[in-house]
Amino acid sequence: MTDKIFVDHLFLNYSDGTESLKDITLNIPANAISVLFGPAGGGKSSLLRVINRLNELADVVFLSGKVWLDGENILDPKIDINRLRRRVGMVFARPVVLPLSIRANLTYGMEIAGEKRKSVLDEAVERSLNQAALWDEVKDRLDDPAVALSGGQQQRLCLARSLALQPEVILLDEPTSGLDPISTGKVEASLQKLKQHYTIVLVPHSIQQAARVADYAAFFLQGEMVEYAPGKNIFTKPQDKRTEDYIEGRFG
Amino acid sequence: MNKSNSVTRLNIQRIGYIILTILAFLTVTPIVLVLFFILKQGLPAISLEFITGFPFDGMRSGGILPAIIGTIYLTIGTAIFAVPLGIGAAIYLSEYAADNKWTRLIRIAIINLAGIPSVVYGLFGLGLFVIFLRFGTSILAGSLTLAIMTIPVIITTAEEALRAVPQSFRIVSISLGATHWQTIKRIVLPEALPGILTGVILGLERAAGETAPILFTVAAFFLPRLPTSPLDATMALPYHLFVISTQVPGMPIKIQYGTALVLIFFVLSMNIIAAAIRSRARARRQW
Repeated sequence: MTDKIFVDHLFLNYSDGTESLKDITLNIPANAISVLFGPAGGGKSSLLRVINRLNELADVVFLSGKVWLDGENILDPKIDINRLRRRVGMVFARPVVLPLSIRANLTYGMEIAGEKRKSVLDEAVERSLNQAALWDEVKDRLDDPAVALSGGQQQRLCLARSLALQPEVILLDEPTSGLDPISTGKVEASLQKLKQHYTIVLVPHSIQQAARVADYAAFFLQGEMVEYAPGKNIFTKPQDKRTEDYIEGRFG
Repeated sequence: MNKSNSVTRLNIQRIGYIILTILAFLTVTPIVLVLFFILKQGLPAISLEFITGFPFDGMRSGGILPAIIGTIYLTIGTAIFAVPLGIGAAIYLSEYAADNKWTRLIRIAIINLAGIPSVVYGLFGLGLFVIFLRFGTSILAGSLTLAIMTIPVIITTAEEALRAVPQSFRIVSISLGATHWQTIKRIVLPEALPGILTGVILGLERAAGETAPILFTVAAFFLPRLPTSPLDATMALPYHLFVISTQVPGMPIKIQYGTALVLIFFVLSMNIIAAAIRSRARARRQW
């Protein structure tokens, strides 16, 4: 397993003091699903948002440490942040489709990056919708407004929208929290296929989902990473008492 | 006891409903009356000659074309100065400015500008544009004066429209690699456009109907020719109405009301355009 991302002694504080990260160090391998789980306020989403620097939109007052992506420190202020965000895609908890057509949602990122060739854009639309298991449902109405889709379809569109940019890493922040079990199953099945080509970092919406999809899992508690292990180990033989208590439902 | 209590409560409900209905109708009455009288008195004056002709016989007969054209020019001139400035400032305040002392000061200034009586703007325009900058009594000076008066209205409504665009759209756009400005240009502005246009039109409509700001800066008492340059003075509908209502003896009443009718038509049609934009945007809203 090669490491795609290396989080190196990362500290983070927000000005309102809600969430912070304390000395986080972990390797995130390529072509696998890494799961960041734990109770709310533990810092999972904060770590996720550091990896494509979306946390800069919030009030970060203190940030130290390094995050390496293929050997490049992405926290370096000199890197091209818009290129970074094309390399590291993000899917949010609530599906937010842009007020555009289905097609325009998918081509938005590429057009922003300067891609104008229709054949390239069309190819990306079909490929990304197939990857997100949505193509058959929307192929005949690509020019309809994207809000007309159901919640589950919208979330798969959001996944497809990230995939259209052919990112290297996909970050998912509780992507199925608002979805019914069938839609959740479709998203999880897509992720299993996608991990062959992408590095996936997921904050799951439940411990069960964490156990279902995790190749690797990190347990976060109040800004600390308590334990990090292959998924099949951590959910059956947790090493730390706190991880065990959380998995068995003694708190959370 | 219980039953009579609920009956009383029902009656209070009914009385309240009736009073509120009457109040609502009372507020509409003046508008209806104004429109009715102006239509009744002014409609006989309306003719092709009245709309397209020049005034003569001391403005007691003929048309009001120079005043109509003057008001159109002034509205366009106001738009040229006020729209880019107002929308630009609104984008700055909504999308870029941090919430600090400086921006709060800007906001207080804008609110206070909106409260200044229009005659004060007129005097200010006279001092700054007509005399100090030597634009003379001209469409340029009048447009600039009206623009200063209109800008606060445009800033306030445009900023409100921009803030109504969900924050999540901005975050998603940025997460897809867009810059701040690309996000504003491609997502935020198109979403806010109907609201911004409504504010622009309401602001310009107010400018078109104002008398005091143009009194010292552009309006001519009697100038029976069309302006040919921005540095020309011109007649304008609101001032013309003032002149023929108070300054010219023996003025036929139908000409006064006819002029008022044209002015109201001008302003109301801008209002209707604004309403149409709003309702079209609402129909499109679902995406």
